[in-house]
Amino acid sequence: MSTTVAGSHAHSHAPSQGIGAFLRTYVFSLDHKVIGIQFLFSTLLWFVVGGLLALAVRWQLAWPWSDMPIVGRMLFSAQGGQISPEFYTMLFTMHATVMIFFVIIPILAGAFGNFLIPLMIGADDMAFPTLNMLSYWFMWPAFVAMTMSFFVAGGASAGGWTNYPPLSTVQSASPGSHTGQTLWLIGLTFVGVSSMMGSVNYMTTIIQMRAPGMTMFRLPMTIWGMFITAVLQAFALPVLTAAGFMQLCDRLLGTGFFIPEGLYVNGAEAQAGGGQPLLWQHLFWFYSHPAVYIMILPAMGIVSDILTVFSRKPLFGYKPMIYSISGIAGLGFIVWGHHMFMSGMNPALGMTFMVSTMMIALPSAIKTFNWLGTIWGGKITYNTPMLFALSFVSMFIIGGLSGIFMAATPVDIFIHDTYFIVGHIHYVLFGGTAFAVFGAIYYWFPKMFGRMMNDSWGKAHFFFSFIFFNGTFFTMHILGTGGFPRRYADPYHFETFKHLQSMNQFMTICALGMGAAQIIFAVNFFYSLFFGPRCGRNPWRANSLEWSAPSPPGHGNFDSQPIVYRGPYEYNNPEADDDYYPQTTPPPATHGQSQPAPALAH
Amino acid sequence: MGKFWTLLFLLVPILGVLCFALAPGMNYWLPEDISEHGHQIDHLFMFCLVLTGVVFVATEAVLCWFMWKYDAQHNKEAVKYSHGSHNLEVIWTIVPAATLLFIAIYQMNAWADVKIREPDMPATVEVTGRQFEWRIRYPGPDGQIGTLDDIHTVNDLHIPVNEQILLNLKSMDVLHDFFVPHLRIKQDAVPGNTIPMWFTARKNGTYDIVCAELCGWGHYKMKGRLTVESAEDYKAWLDKLAQDQKATQ
Ligand code: HEM
Ligand SMILES: [Cu+2]
Ligand SMILES: [Cu+2]
Repeated sequence: MSTTVAGSHAHSHAPSQGIGAFLRTYVFSLDHKVIGIQFLFSTLLWFVVGGLLALAVRWQLAWPWSDMPIVGRMLFSAQGGQISPEFYTMLFTMHATVMIFFVIIPILAGAFGNFLIPLMIGADDMAFPTLNMLSYWFMWPAFVAMTMSFFVAGGASAGGWTNYPPLSTVQSASPGSHTGQTLWLIGLTFVGVSSMMGSVNYMTTIIQMRAPGMTMFRLPMTIWGMFITAVLQAFALPVLTAAGFMQLCDRLLGTGFFIPEGLYVNGAEAQAGGGQPLLWQHLFWFYSHPAVYIMILPAMGIVSDILTVFSRKPLFGYKPMIYSISGIAGLGFIVWGHHMFMSGMNPALGMTFMVSTMMIALPSAIKTFNWLGTIWGGKITYNTPMLFALSFVSMFIIGGLSGIFMAATPVDIFIHDTYFIVGHIHYVLFGGTAFAVFGAIYYWFPKMFGRMMNDSWGKAHFFFSFIFFNGTFFTMHILGTGGFPRRYADPYHFETFKHLQSMNQFMTICALGMGAAQIIFAVNFFYSLFFGPRCGRNPWRANSLEWSAPSPPGHGNFDSQPIVYRGPYEYNNPEADDDYYPQTTPPPATHGQSQPAPALAH
Repeated sequence: MGKFWTLLFLLVPILGVLCFALAPGMNYWLPEDISEHGHQIDHLFMFCLVLTGVVFVATEAVLCWFMWKYDAQHNKEAVKYSHGSHNLEVIWTIVPAATLLFIAIYQMNAWADVKIREPDMPATVEVTGRQFEWRIRYPGPDGQIGTLDDIHTVNDLHIPVNEQILLNLKSMDVLHDFFVPHLRIKQDAVPGNTIPMWFTARKNGTYDIVCAELCGWGHYKMKGRLTVESAEDYKAWLDKLAQDQKATQ
């Protein structure tokens, strides 16, 4: 089955006692698995926070200015239990900020990247364990800054997650532009530094520390997704960090990068001048467009892996998949202007961005066809990870196709900054990435904790999430087609949008249902953590390297240095006795013989 | 169980298409187009809708078909041990690439009409966004905006029907966005810049002006009214405004 010598448990913690040892093992651990699990718990916690913020937004859109039941009195007693318009702007700003910077990006790279990269490439840890630990702890100043910002005078940042100046830069422009915005920028910088540390580490680890025989073209797609993501981070993040500092300087030091001459805000003349608000948008999207791929490429990899395992088939078009994500990474740097078609940027430039944006839909299409090719002719097992992976494909089709409407510049004239965009975002990020993440949790939970999650509860979680997700978000495309604007606390006093309130009420009810469905997940997660049935090393009969390590793997991961003989997708290979063929199983000719280990692949 | 899940997934294309098929009849649709150029945008929207609709239904149907057919519980065929197909990859690269390129080129003329081919004429009106209102300025008798005889209003924009309008868009403070859904026009107002917009309205009535770029806590109430009226009514309205303004000076 496997070349690794079972038996001696790889747990080889040095005998240790006391609080210092506890801290070193579970808190300031250098072990990539512990760090990954720390990221997982932190991001899941923030997922709850972000979700509650979203439900508050939905409450306001369904029943504006009405008392929020139960929590309203606690939170907004000053307004008699209602959401104020100022607070509404903070709600959607912080919802998106939390979800993007505290949930999606760190759960993919931080949690799964950390946990999986060494295990899937056959390494005993990351290249730079201390840097790795720091990348987790640098999230904490960001967590603290963002949390604090709700309690400072003026409240949290209120300029939307995109935080365009001058609104975000000139302090008199909005209550959230006081201390809240400064804290937002500081938080963002820390997240950036954390991601950068991760990125350097992931690139180095994947390039330098692969097991013997593990060539680049034998890496599982999950690792390819993480690798390309790390490259994107490395090249795009410095731009965002620089832009953040420029905004900080505008706010605190009186520079004028983004503040034009003669600005007159809220009865007061803004001081500096000579800047250009559009500059921020260029810099912000130069990062944030690649960032949307940072938020999905690892998920695409995860889905590719889950689909092969549960259809018992090789991945269809492995290399085209890799070329596609590399193409996405390259094109991803020349499409940022599609967020700025209406911004006042030269409209001729808009045309070039339209062409490049259309072309970036191509690799997404290729990947979708290859996923369909993967399940074609297989034997599909319908368990929870597989259902989430399949739903990723189904939902990503919608998100990818709605992108085409917005890339079409004339159509974007109508739908830009309407709920159509909100629909698109959520189909790619929630129906796409978040569903893939759920799949990943169900799939790798046994490896992380040595126990299985309950599959029936998992299916119930999937069923309700899937139904309510579509109920909440598909209708957003219809709202957008009606011109319904985004970031509005109360659109119904416009003649044009009055009739859309009942649809919003339907969506809010679905959103509440979706929130409730997550309780099933939480219960299952914590119950299984302690009482789930123990699993062996390889409960899914999967090929990739992590399944040859103990569950959970001890310090150093593998019993002995794994040696890799083939790619990760050899399911139903006629050469193998079984319907799977682990990467570490030697080919039959070498059975029983002592073979020289393949050379280290670099 | 595979059959059950397939049916659940099948709901996506079925209800998705149903949503879009029923929405227009229930008035959940593009608001009435009253502009001269809007039909191009609506046409392109429908073009994208039909094209993506076909791809959507086809890919979701294939997904469901495979889910149904290759359910491990029923599928007795051996697993197809295949790593892909070079020919298929070439086909499904070239066909979508050509289609996407075509879509892009097909948009260009409409975009140029609305945003690039600026008419050579003096500005009809200047609109300036400000937290949280639209300040509107017409040229006075001298035909020039920016002189002492300008005529001012707030949130109340009138234009003559069937005449081309050139509107100069500005902002005093933060970003705003001048969006008139019925006219199919949208443009950010950027402080420091003056951005021209041009359009022709073809139907009398009053319509909403919507701010479509977040401008602060009062963004949602930054509402203007656009009145499209006959040339005579427009002239009369403007004259009355000029007189009222003189009277208060
Ligand atoms: C199939 C390829 C895609 C195309 C052609 C596409 C196109 C676009 C366009 C043109 C916009 C700007 C629309 C506007 O503001 O008017 C946009 C917005 C957005 N897209 Fe995509 N997109 C694609 C895939 C993705 C993916 C994979 C993600 C994330 C995983 C994503 C996330 C977003 C987000 C978050 C926004 C909104 C940003 C904001 O304004 O807050 N997109 N997309
Ligand atoms: Cu983008
Ligand atoms: Cu506004």
